Amino acid sequence: MHVTLEHYLVVSTALFCLGAFGVILRRNLLVMYMSLELMLNAANLALVAFSRYQNNLNGQIMVFFIITVAAAEVAVGLALIVALYRKRQTAHVEELTRMKS
Amino acid sequence: MHDLFFYLFAGLALLCGFLVVANPFSRNPVTSAMFLVLTIVSLAGLFVLLHAFFLAAVQIMVYAGAVMVLFLFVIMLLDLKEEVRRHFKLAGAVAGVVAVGALLALVGRAVWSSGLGAQLAPRAEGTTPALGRLLFTQYLLPFEIVSVLLLVAMVGVILLSKKDLR
Repeated sequence: MHVTLEHYLVVSTALFCLGAFGVILRRNLLVMYMSLELMLNAANLALVAFSRYQNNLNGQIMVFFIITVAAAEVAVGLALIVALYRKRQTAHVEELTRMKS
Repeated sequence: MHDLFFYLFAGLALLCGFLVVANPFSRNPVTSAMFLVLTIVSLAGLFVLLHAFFLAAVQIMVYAGAVMVLFLFVIMLLDLKEEVRRHFKLAGAVAGVVAVGALLALVGRAVWSSGLGAQLAPRAEGTTPALGRLLFTQYLLPFEIVSVLLLVAMVGVILLSKKDLR
């Protein structure tokens, strides 16, 4: 079957849902964070596919900015996780239910 | 040829994405991270098939290179053991699976039956000169703002990783 825009969009949707599964089902902070990255990547794939098929490069510029912001976000998020781990000695979300220790 | 590579990369991305989220053989976060690297590389392959060559290179360098190294550093810094199996909240898990499965069915069906791709021919070429020209003319201000954002993130991370956080 000839590959069209829909194929890319279905793959992107499936990847996004896999990421959402991970965020809902896994209870490890780091694995949840990786699932978030999976969801961001799925959105990137949809944007690039639309950009190619609509003959409009603005979508790819958007992806460029998303990758940059995601890199900054990962750095800050992981620093927060490390700071949290130093205080509580755990990366399991169900043990991190209070704001004050 | 294009179709063959599409199915190869898409299948690899979905398989490795599944193994990131739910690996039946290992609960170790390092395995998840390695499979995330594989997912990102196969997504870069899909970008190449979409003629987004610059983004494919950036994807490999920034995601597979920088972001995943950061992840692995933190996993090793925290020295996470194999996750112990805890009592699983079945009701919550079932509700999550149903909700996300419904989302997948709904969006997948809507996209598949939309007939978007039938009348569109793939034309845009994401080459470096084309993207660079757009980035430094029309999108110059967002580009500069993103550089400030990276500076803010850097300062924030240095502050957060100080010994006595207050």
